[in-house]
Amino acid sequence: MLTEEKTRELRRLATRIRLETVKALGHLGFGHIGGTMSVAELLAVLYWEAMKVRPEDPQWPERDWLVCSKGHAGPAVYAALALRGYFPLTELLTINTPGTRFPSHCDRNLTIGVDMTTGSLGQGSSLAVGVALGLKIDDKPNNVYLILGDGEIQEGQVWEAIMFAGYRRLDNLIAFVDYNKQQLDGYTKDILDLGDVAGKFAAFGWQAFDVDGHSVAAIHRAVTEAKQTAGRPSVVVLNTVKGKDCVFAEGKKANHHVVISREDVEAAVSCLEKKLEELS
Amino acid sequence: MMSVKPVAERVKETAEMRKAFCDTLLDIAATDRRVVVLDADLMSSIGTVKFMEKYPDRAFDVGVQEANMMGIAAGLSVTGKIPFAHTFGPFATRRAFDQVFLSCGYNRANVRIMGSDPGVTAAFNGGTHMPFEDMGLMRNIPEAILVEPADNVQLSALMKASMDRYGLFYFRISRKQVIKIYEEGSQFDFGRAVLLREGRDLTIIASGIMVDDGLKAAEILAQEGINARVVDSFCWKPIDREMVAAAARETGAIVTAENHNVINGLGSAVAEVVVEECPVPVERVGVQDRFGQVGPVDFLRREYGLTPDNIVAAARRVLARKRGGCC
Repeated sequence: MLTEEKTRELRRLATRIRLETVKALGHLGFGHIGGTMSVAELLAVLYWEAMKVRPEDPQWPERDWLVCSKGHAGPAVYAALALRGYFPLTELLTINTPGTRFPSHCDRNLTIGVDMTTGSLGQGSSLAVGVALGLKIDDKPNNVYLILGDGEIQEGQVWEAIMFAGYRRLDNLIAFVDYNKQQLDGYTKDILDLGDVAGKFAAFGWQAFDVDGHSVAAIHRAVTEAKQTAGRPSVVVLNTVKGKDCVFAEGKKANHHVVISREDVEAAVSCLEKKLEELS
Repeated sequence: MMSVKPVAERVKETAEMRKAFCDTLLDIAATDRRVVVLDADLMSSIGTVKFMEKYPDRAFDVGVQEANMMGIAAGLSVTGKIPFAHTFGPFATRRAFDQVFLSCGYNRANVRIMGSDPGVTAAFNGGTHMPFEDMGLMRNIPEAILVEPADNVQLSALMKASMDRYGLFYFRISRKQVIKIYEEGSQFDFGRAVLLREGRDLTIIASGIMVDDGLKAAEILAQEGINARVVDSFCWKPIDREMVAAAARETGAIVTAENHNVINGLGSAVAEVVVEECPVPVERVGVQDRFGQVGPVDFLRREYGLTPDNIVAAARRVLARKRGGCC
């Protein structure tokens, strides 16, 4: 159980992740705003509570791994890593500029602290399974965390990986589905409805949780239980809002990748800063 | 270091190539715990069941999931393992190309992909299983190393040599018995072709099952007083630029021979070097941009023009062009 103070701290961190992401993408003038905003609480819980990491030693062999298969959430991951101390916050402003260490999509060979290169949807699921399997072969206790987009699970490869992980009882693998109900072209229910997401994972032998993806306490509870579960992998379906808490993106239909004006940034930053004050 | 001894008399291998594959895996795994064997429901076909019995914790049959297998291979490698992932050639490349390209290649993983039944050797599995394009696809992956071993000794030596290297390797391997080209103990370097027969009139550059055909063609040509050099270009990428350039410079005419589409194949790779280094006439023996079909290997070799006679005919054409001063 998280204390009230810890809960507030994680909420603050989630808001700061949003704030830094909006600033970085706003500085650039465009970016994947929708799907970065929806994973902020998850990243706060993972990097400040759930995962064993050492920012001063990113390749620490005893660390837990994060595979952000929805690679376009990279900017949110970078913001979390910067806030966690992997590199200075100012570096985030180089996103997508020539020679940057911070590309649109996650790249383990470029960014300190990024464990896997992703971007072509679905592939991170198999990569995470491979890492989990490698750790199992060596009897290592490290966990592997996998973040999937909701549109992403329309990819067949995801279900190949899920079937394999369920059968092989990879209990060191904990997946999240960022179920923000939207994909690039619109609402998932209008394009290819996902149906019962938790039920589908359960059918493949996974332990499944269905939680409010913007409640750090709910995410923390599910992850804690998942970590204690032996013999099968777990998934946490995060019911989220695409573009959450970003005034120019939340509630908009086309908010996957947007052009961001200076006025947009100012409005969003001001809202998020106000929220931060409320939480302090 | 390369140290090659061709056999005095080329005869059929006593062991199938798949046995050499599995035996080599067992050899490597005996001292190297990094080896992990992956397959997509073709372990019985490639003969790695023995490996699975000996190292059950280091062999995984993922089921019929080629895309997932390539991602798992890459993920394993990031934890320090060196996976050998096998399936038939078309499924190892065409079927899972984006996974191989991104998860293995772009991700800078340390993976060995084994694609079996190259070209016409897919025989009775027919056109759906007959890769004339696998090397062509893989050539497009930056930094990937592509080899087509001609016999068991070469396969085994290259697998072992790859253990000291990091990156994405594609091995194009036969499953059945092939003609023995090299003596035990021969060593090969990636990126270095093998000069098998000296000659000054033209050079035949081949790989895989076409190496023996190239040597046979050279023997036929010798009876006509034509002196053909023969090179085993087992490494398609990086190709041995020096060996190809020397062939162009010193013999003035080249015939390539491959069990693959001539488009984006060995002939293409050789021609690229020739036009850049020393333009001379080149004739490409291989599959002339066609799909595969079912049938026995001998029939398919004739059907697609993959015989010593085809190489001899190409040699005559290329020599006529050389004499005519037309390149």
